[in-house]
Amino acid sequence: MEKIGRFGEFGGQYVPETVMNAVHELETAYAKYGSDPHFWEEYRTLLRTYAGRPSMLYYAERMTKDLGGCKIYIKREDLNHTGAHKINNVLGQILLAKKMGKKRIIAETGAGQHGVATATACAMFDIECEVYMGTEDMRRQRLNVYRMQLLGAKVTGVDSGTGTLKDAINEAMRDWATNIDTTYYLIGSAMGPHPYPQMVRDFQKVIGEETKAQLQEVEGRLPDCVLACVGGGSNAIGIFYDFISNENVQLIGAEAAGKGIDTKLHAATVAKGELGIFHGMKSYFIQNEEGQIAPVYSISAGLDYPGVGPEHANLYKTGRAKYLAITDEEAVQALEYLSRTEGIIPAIESAHAVAAAMKIAPEMQPNQLMVICLSGRGDKDMQQIAEYRGVKIDD
Amino acid sequence: MTKNRIDTTLAQYKKTGKKALIPFITSGDGGYDCTEQAVMEMIKNGADLIELGVPFSDPIAEGPVIQRASERSLRQGTTLSGIFEMVQRLRKKTDTPLLFMMYLNTIFRFGTDRFFQTCQICGIDGVIVPDIPYEEKDEIQGSADKYNVHNISLVTPASEDRIQMIASDATGFLYCVSSNGVTGVRQKFDTEFDPLFEKIYKYAKIPCAVGFGISGPEAAKKMSKYCDGVIIGSAIVKLVEQYGGKTAPKEIGIFIKSLRQALDN
Repeated sequence: MEKIGRFGEFGGQYVPETVMNAVHELETAYAKYGSDPHFWEEYRTLLRTYAGRPSMLYYAERMTKDLGGCKIYIKREDLNHTGAHKINNVLGQILLAKKMGKKRIIAETGAGQHGVATATACAMFDIECEVYMGTEDMRRQRLNVYRMQLLGAKVTGVDSGTGTLKDAINEAMRDWATNIDTTYYLIGSAMGPHPYPQMVRDFQKVIGEETKAQLQEVEGRLPDCVLACVGGGSNAIGIFYDFISNENVQLIGAEAAGKGIDTKLHAATVAKGELGIFHGMKSYFIQNEEGQIAPVYSISAGLDYPGVGPEHANLYKTGRAKYLAITDEEAVQALEYLSRTEGIIPAIESAHAVAAAMKIAPEMQPNQLMVICLSGRGDKDMQQIAEYRGVKIDD
Repeated sequence: MTKNRIDTTLAQYKKTGKKALIPFITSGDGGYDCTEQAVMEMIKNGADLIELGVPFSDPIAEGPVIQRASERSLRQGTTLSGIFEMVQRLRKKTDTPLLFMMYLNTIFRFGTDRFFQTCQICGIDGVIVPDIPYEEKDEIQGSADKYNVHNISLVTPASEDRIQMIASDATGFLYCVSSNGVTGVRQKFDTEFDPLFEKIYKYAKIPCAVGFGISGPEAAKKMSKYCDGVIIGSAIVKLVEQYGGKTAPKEIGIFIKSLRQALDN
């Protein structure tokens, strides 16, 4: 029998004793409210009236014709309030935190999308909010830092390690252990100790459920292939989950190859990681032979993480999902391609999924269907993409 | 498992009422020689058990002082194999119980069984692994028992109703965390110690030591009245940062002496 909170051998609750009661409290609360139809009704109402769901499923006709393979649909998570899929999870968890009587919310953020979503929901729910963000990410995502501050959140820079997402998580965990009585840790991806991976997936699976129904309506059938980018893996597990039991639907995650997986500058956990135990979970991590977690790199702050959520680790190990590594250059090209072909500027994270689609679609047949999860919009990335292309848009 | 150096050392103290002094130092910070000399200075000046920190890239239970020490040590190229070699050198000079404080991934990557076997061969008597709670201890407990190495349990003020479960199963000594949060010197404690330690002693069948946040002789003396031993980490590690690898061992020795005197008076 599988142990509680495990996906195959992956997952678990590897956290310090100080936070164990809080983890159990969360488990109990989630078991209680997660099985309460009223809770889900409240959540769905928020998704509808505040986040703007359902998000559209768009037929990318020009892209389909241009690539000359299968028919391509795009799930427009970029059209959600705050501009990414992150709000789905945040609204669910904040509703739970409120019911648990928590007075303070902390979160980590990489690209800043989860931080912005958390700051947004905290403003709406009137809860104190502090967001930890690596100083390198603050530099890359200045606009999102300002957005969070504008929304009333305190943004605390973390300059230990590489000053990126993993370091922000370390610091959020330290804060949580210190302020355990008052504080709810709102993890932004399908990772960390149980019950987070499962809970975050449950709050994101609406993406896949909607996709399935929407595609049924226009095409009368299931897709052949579903693609999403993977950092920790929340938008990917969100769109994959409802299709896992449909074995003919191919599930493909796009992870960040940075400057290339044969260099040291990448964040391709599935391709290059090894089994390890870190950030509360057993999963794959990019690490050295001593078990030191490696500094990782991607142009995308949201994919710049040395691990992957435990459910993805299991989908990979069991062969149910495949993972492709996409380089910075491929992702930037895909961002430019989608902008010019469909008039949609994707987040640089989501552009990794678009790049994977551009590789796979031409190999597929015209009667086949593909869905790309466009997890976020690219406004936040303009500064960085311009910089990458050597264009000056700032003084 | 059968008794090892930790049990015999602490049993003597329990009899006499003397308080155990348990200093921590990050291995390889200032070089292996610095750690080795500092350990010998600590023992010479009255330390009873030694905690050797194994540096990890992402020490989530540590405050800034030990985080920085870990970074310095790793930058100098410290490895687990190098630390084991240092322990072997130390074991030729001392019989004082030695423990590792380290993170689970380091053990896991080395190979859990091979790790504990190497502990036994080199003379490590216990491990403190802050990111392995009671519920996940099977990850290492079997191998730890097999090679007679204590897997030291921790309880914290946030443990509350978990104290009974943890304390009842603990071996070696019970690590009582003084306050919620991470390691590092604290100006004051918000914890109500009397009810906490009353609960701990109700269930603990082994000696208890208190750690996290203890700054110096005065705080050590104050905390020692609650339990059998006092653990001091960041205040020592700070001396390595302040004085550097060459001078730090001597300064650490002086500091340990002052702690010993405070505890004995």
